[in-house]
Amino acid sequence: MADTEGKSLEVQAKQELTTPEEQTVPARYYVPATDIYETEDALTLVMEMPGVEKDNIDIKLENDVLQIEGRIDLSAYAELDPLYTEYNIGHYARKFSLSSKVNKEKISAEMGDGVLTLSLPKAEETKPRRIEIQ
Amino acid sequence: MALLFSDPFERLFHLQRNLDAFRSSDWLGRGISSGGAFPPINVFGQGDDFVAIAELPGIRREDVDIKVKGRQIRISGNKAVSYGEGASLHRRERRSGHFDRTLSIPVEIDSDRVKAEYRNGVLALFLPRAERDKPRSIAID
Repeated sequence: MADTEGKSLEVQAKQELTTPEEQTVPARYYVPATDIYETEDALTLVMEMPGVEKDNIDIKLENDVLQIEGRIDLSAYAELDPLYTEYNIGHYARKFSLSSKVNKEKISAEMGDGVLTLSLPKAEETKPRRIEIQ
Repeated sequence: MALLFSDPFERLFHLQRNLDAFRSSDWLGRGISSGGAFPPINVFGQGDDFVAIAELPGIRREDVDIKVKGRQIRISGNKAVSYGEGASLHRRERRSGHFDRTLSIPVEIDSDRVKAEYRNGVLALFLPRAERDKPRSIAID
């Protein structure tokens, strides 16, 4: 279902994370742009976190709340003096409360080109049943 | 900008403030290439040379095309977003489409030595300043 033909890609302003909890550090976090789709067997989350190394991602699932945090590597910027900028950088964080029960043991994650793909297989009992009309 | 802070959060905060301070600065001049087009670009100085960094999450290396001609750098490509067979969408925030942006660098660069690196969805272009454009020390006779 790719729909990229003939469409021009526009700049998507990064959205800053505003949390109900007070941050203890002044640095800003950003909300990763996310696609979520469901198939019969799984729920898939695709999150854009450019600059995040796969070892710097934390994924937690607690009480149906999925929490994802990705930290960027700042060392590349150590010797650089900004001259002209159009976007800011920061770590990424986002939480989702999941509606359907997932099989925690089978969650898998994959990282490529700054995009995290999280596959959450549904628990057996929540798979859709076709309802026959009597 | 020497990042001497030992605390990584302090370092990030400092970097964020710095990036804000140069938001759409006039370094690119009142030229034609500043702002608005995808991908957003940050330009840094690294000693005598320059580094341009752009975020291209979800774009494969082979889908990015970079051309350098004189002072102009053209970055073009295509970003595809696809979902599995029979998928039903809950949320859709990622954008797709093609892009083509030209950046005019206001200083002379050595186009033969431009290097590109692509890692974790971040493109870094190393733009060495042309030798003839570098400042020379003049000895007073």
